[in-house]
Amino acid sequence: MADNVTPRVRVPREASAGDVVSIRTLISHPMESGQRRDGDGNVIPRSIINRFTCDFNGENVIDVTMEPSISTNPYFQFSAVVNETGTFNFTWYDDDGSVYEETADITVA
Amino acid sequence: AITLLPGMASAALVDDAINAFTGGAEAGSDGITLIAPEIAENGNTVPIEVDAPGAEAIIVLAAGNPNPGVATFNFGPASGAQAASTRIRLAGEQDVIAIARMPDGTFRRAQQEVKVTIGGCGG
Repeated sequence: MADNVTPRVRVPREASAGDVVSIRTLISHPMESGQRRDGDGNVIPRSIINRFTCDFNGENVIDVTMEPSISTNPYFQFSAVVNETGTFNFTWYDDDGSVYEETADITVA
Repeated sequence: AITLLPGMASAALVDDAINAFTGGAEAGSDGITLIAPEIAENGNTVPIEVDAPGAEAIIVLAAGNPNPGVATFNFGPASGAQAASTRIRLAGEQDVIAIARMPDGTFRRAQQEVKVTIGGCGG
C-alpha cells in the first residue's frame, strides 16, 4: 500500500432538487508510472490507482478507468444531478488491491 | 549521459487503442470539446477538460506517451453533465485525443496539440 494516501472531496452541502452540482476530488498518491528508473537503472515498478468511481444514493455518477498517464495525486472535477438528500460515495482502486473510500452528504431542500 | 525513454508509443499503438474503443467506426468532430493548454510548462501535470453532451463514455489518449492510454470516463445515470477535468502526464510535444461514444453508437473525436517544456514520463 502506498504511504499517506489521503482522499479529499469537495461537494456543496446544500442544493435544490434537480440541481447540477460540481464535485472535485483529489487523492494523494505517487502514481508511479512504471516508466522511471532508479539510480541503478532498474525500472521502478508501476503502482497507480487504476479506477475511480462516484455514486450518489447507489446510482452511478462517473466511473473512470485510469492509466499511468494520470498525474501524481489524481484530481477529477465532474458534476452530478441531485434530486434528493443523500450521500455521495467515492471509491479509488489501487494496483495493489487497496481500496480507498470517502463519503460526502448533501442536503436537498 | 542520455537517458532513453523505454519506447514512445508508435502510431500503431494509438490506432489500436482507438479501434479498441470505437470498433473501427468513423468519428465525427462535432459535439465534443477538448480543452488543453497549447503550451504546458510541466509535462508532469497538464490540466485537461473533456465535454461531450449526452455521451456514454469519453476516452482520452496521449499519442506521444510510451503508453497512449490516459483515462476512460464512463458517465452514469446520476451524472450532471458529460464532462470532466483532470491532470495528465505528457512525455513531450504531442497530440492529445478525446473520443466520445454516444448512446446511438456513433463516435465523436477532438484533438489538440500540446507543446511540453519539461517532459513528464522519463526518469
